Order: sequence, then C-alpha cells, then structure tokens
Amino acid sequence: MNLSRRQLMILLPAAAIAWEHVLAGTPEAAPNYTMSEHWWSMLIDIPKCIGCGNCVRACQAENDVPDGRFRTWVERYHVSDENMMYPEVISPDGGKEGFPSVAKADAGKYFFVPKLCNHCADSPCTQVCPVGATFIAPDGVVLVDQKYCMGCAYCVQACPYGCRYIHPEKKVADKCTLCYHRITKGLTTACCEACPTGARQLVDLKNPNDPIHEFLRTHAVQVLKPQMATGAKVFYNELDGSVR
Amino acid sequence: MNGVEGFMYPNEVELVWSVLIVLYPYITGLVAGAFILASLERVFRVDAVKPTYRLALLTALSFLLVAPLPLQLHLGHPERSPEMYFTPHSTSAMAMFGYVYLWYLMAVLVFEIWLDYRREIVLRARRERGLLRLIYKIMTLGSDNISERSLHIDERVGWVVTLIGIPSAFLLHGYVGFIFGSIKANPWWSSPLMPVVFIFSAMVSGIACVMVIYMATSKLRGTTIDMRCVDTIAMYLFYTFIIDFSLEMLDLVHRIYEADESFRSLNFMVHTKLYFSHIVVQIGLGTLLPLVLLAITQVAKLSEMARKRTYALAGALTLIGIFAMRWNVVIGGQLFSKSFLGYTTYKVGMVTREGLPVAIALTLLPLLFLWVLVKLLPPWDDASAAHGATGD
Repeated sequence: MNLSRRQLMILLPAAAIAWEHVLAGTPEAAPNYTMSEHWWSMLIDIPKCIGCGNCVRACQAENDVPDGRFRTWVERYHVSDENMMYPEVISPDGGKEGFPSVAKADAGKYFFVPKLCNHCADSPCTQVCPVGATFIAPDGVVLVDQKYCMGCAYCVQACPYGCRYIHPEKKVADKCTLCYHRITKGLTTACCEACPTGARQLVDLKNPNDPIHEFLRTHAVQVLKPQMATGAKVFYNELDGSVR
Repeated sequence: MNGVEGFMYPNEVELVWSVLIVLYPYITGLVAGAFILASLERVFRVDAVKPTYRLALLTALSFLLVAPLPLQLHLGHPERSPEMYFTPHSTSAMAMFGYVYLWYLMAVLVFEIWLDYRREIVLRARRERGLLRLIYKIMTLGSDNISERSLHIDERVGWVVTLIGIPSAFLLHGYVGFIFGSIKANPWWSSPLMPVVFIFSAMVSGIACVMVIYMATSKLRGTTIDMRCVDTIAMYLFYTFIIDFSLEMLDLVHRIYEADESFRSLNFMVHTKLYFSHIVVQIGLGTLLPLVLLAITQVAKLSEMARKRTYALAGALTLIGIFAMRWNVVIGGQLFSKSFLGYTTYKVGMVTREGLPVAIALTLLPLLFLWVLVKLLPPWDDASAAHGATGD
C-alpha cells in the first residue's frame, strides 16, 4: 500500500479516535440514525436454510457470545408421517458446526429452523423485568441495559422461545440485539451477512421500499407460537405446523 | 449432554432458578401462615390458641427477616437490587416485592410485635442493666408511657394492625404465587389458581411450623403442652390442609382432563423426573399421610401422648410436603423444555453461592433469629412462666 505523507497525516488522527473506541469497548455513535424511522424485524426463509451454522458462528464471533449460550441457533426437524405432532428435533451445539448427515433416507421430512430473539412487540420479557433494564427501543428492537440488569432471570423464565440466558461472566441477562451496533450504521446483522443462501433477511417494516412488503403479500408467512400473542416480529416463510 | 433427554432449546439446558428460589416461597409461606395463625386469636377471638400467639408472631418475624436473603444471594448483581425500590418497573409482578416486603415487615409485623410487647419492653428497660438495658431502651423508641389508658390504646391499635395484617399476609404470599402464575410461557406455572394455592399452602405450612415449634419449645423448657391449644391448631391445620389439597387436586384434574398441548410433556415429567418429589414426597408423605393422621385425631379418641406424637409427626411431614411443593413448582417448572420435546436435569451445587450448604444455612437461620427474639422478648404466658421457667 502506497501512502503519501499527506494521507498518513490525515489518517493518523482518525485511527487514534477509532483506537480510543476500540479500547473503551463502546460502540461508536450513530449520528445519522433516527430510531423512530425504523421498525426492525427479520425474515427467515425456511426452504433456503441448509443448516450450515454460518449464522451461529458469525453471531458468536461478532457478539462474543459465551460457549454453550446462544443468541441464535439452528434446529433440525425430522417430522415423520405417523407422528406429525411430536417431531424429532436436534441442535447439536446450537447447530454451530452444522448437523450430522442422515444415515439413510428416513421416512418423513427434514428441515432446518434458525431461531433468534423474536423482538416481540408485546414482549413478555420486558413486561416482567422488575427494574425495566430490558426494554423495547423505539425501532422495535428488544434490548437489555446490562449496566442496570440485576440478573434475577425473571425475563429468562418469561421468554416463551428460550432466547435469553444469564451471561456466565457478566451475570446479567443477554440475548440477540439484532446486531444493534451494526444496523444503526446501515449494516445488516452478522447472521444475515454470513448466511450463504439468503435464508435470513434483516427487514425494516417502516421502510416502504423494503422487499419484505412484497414478500409478506405473496407468501404464507407465520411467526413462532402465535398463541402466545407476543407480537413476535421474526417472520418464517413456509413454517411447518410441528415447529415449536 | 448435561442430563438432557429429548430436545431442549439450547439456552434452557441450565436452570436459572436454583434451590434458593425454592426457599423464597417456602419461607414467605411460613411467615404468612404463622401470622394468620396469630390473627386467629387476635381478630377471631379463638382463645384456645392464645399460648402460641406471641410465638407465632416472633416466628413470622424470624422467617420474614430471612426471606429476602435467598433472593439476594441468587441475583447476578445483588448490589443493584435497591433499584427495585428506586426505579420499579410498573408492569413487573416482581417489582412489587420490595414494597410488599417492607410494608409487611414494618407496618404489620414489627409494629404489631412492638405494640404487643411495649409494656414488657418498658419494664425491662427499667429493670435490666448494661447492654440489655440499652437494647430495651432503644426498643421502647422513646415511648415509655405504660399507663392503663396508653396500654388500652396499644391494644386497640394492635387489633387494627392485625386486621390490616390478614389481607397483607394474603397479599404477601398470594403475590409470590402470582410471580409464578402469571408467566404465560410456562404452562406448569401459568394458572390463576397459583396465588390461591400458594396462600392456602402457606397457611398450612405456617400453622404446622408454629405447632411444631410450640411443642418443641415446650419440651425444651420442660413445660406442659397446652393440649386444648394444640388440639385447636391441629384442627385448623386439618381443615386448611383439606382446602389446600382440594385446590391442588382441582388444578391437577383440570390439567389431566383438558390435556392441552403441554400435557404430554408435563405428565411424562411427573412420572419420571418429578416422581419422587411430587408423587412420593409431596402428595404421598407430605399431604395424604398427614391428612390421614390428622383425620384420625379428629375422629378417634386418642390419649394425650398419642395425640402429641401424631401432631408432631403430621406437622413435620407437612413441612416437608410443602417444601416439596415449592420445589416441584420452582424446579419442576424448569425441567421441561418450552418446546415440550425434552427434559433437563437439576443438580444442587455444593460449593457455589446457590449451593446446598447455603440453602441449609438459610433454612436454619430463622431458627437462630427466633432464639434471639425469644430471649429478648419471651413469648411465654405469665402463667406458664410462673409454673416452671424463671424468666429469661
């Protein structure tokens, strides 16, 4: 790389400022981001998921997720014709390293279901937090203020989807932030970026140009456990009735 | 992997609420139950239970002082718990805990005990020497008027406090039940019956606890047990227990008959992982057996000794049974996956902050508090003190 002295003089202060943020561990501010202009959610296109585990690995690397805990994970369903209500489900290490191959062509169907926080609009987890440390941001993302959370784990109990855990080192509730540090800067989430088939798509329901509107109009889309009435915002295309 | 059978969501494998959270409803239940027993004498004029009135209040206070400790020890950041007082979240059932607790502790229990003991405290502040004198002096809170009129006011105010105390005791424990019963994500907990079941089981455990403590302390002090008193307590225990058991069975029958999507999973759990603690300990040893024992004392004419032994055994079994009930609610509610496709295992830790030694210490701590309180504020009747004890 050829750098002139002039370019170096310009770059050095910028690098110093960036380095300061790296050291402080705080995300940079997103000055051009207006929360009220967005309503974030995600689309999961089940037929496109190949269970490679890229999303799980990307999430763990991006967000420093501790081993054995998951902000996102992938489940493999095996639904037989005889017992459609009780599928056989596996998710070895959250599907991080993919899945064992199926020995022989078993009866029934196999498919993958990526899971993450549903960023519910009427979220039971934020409802129960005794100090309001977890909250729904104006852009629809459910977040945890980890400097405020006292680690009572009531929210972990209240989440119907098993998306929360107590961080073993920080001793506070932790979960998917929808890569808030990225999406507020115009990037997509780590999992969506790493997905090789486009099975995961970050969507902004307040953006009239987002292709999600066309997709929702033309596909049979479902959310997980609709009977829970949580206003879940992670939409699944072609979700099988056996999925919990 | 980690004692998992079937499929658990990966974050569910490790339980987040430990044995300490089992202790929390157990201890608050004992508080509420003991207080309600005390109120029988004060508000409902059941004179027979008078010998246990003060003991019940002191027992309630001893347990109430310990009640927040398991919660504190369980928190990831206990130093942040005052935030519940300063910035409570209005939609959270748990946010109320601090207020309900403080209300019950200060406005009901401590106030009532103080009013009831004020005369003795003042007399002891005059009589004792040295440190004890100072302690009693502080306990008078500067109010040393023990004229007839003043004591009459104490009596009237005490009655009102007890009257307020009864719904407060229901609130304290019904609210603990609501913390669990309002979690729609968990079918084992989610039930409007939960607060009611918690209240009645609290009364059962509190009554049994005071009965056992009364009998044990009488034995230790070498005084005679007032049989009219324990007979009456046992009768109340029996009838409250029937209501409690009926409510729990109603819940069970409802679940079995309705057999909703969670039933297969919960049914399997009760027949496997929870079999011992639920079927054997809670229902068999902790409910049916004491109910049968108490029923025998109600219908058969037993000798005094036989009754005493039966009550002691039934009381002890009841306390174990209600503990098992709390265990089955708190731990049982986390053993199955919210996918209804699998089960995990809970192993009580040993050398952790939420381990077994801590749990045992927290269970015994109220007894230590009770010992100190009984030394400071002897709850025994003057009559019985005149018979045997020389006064502490």
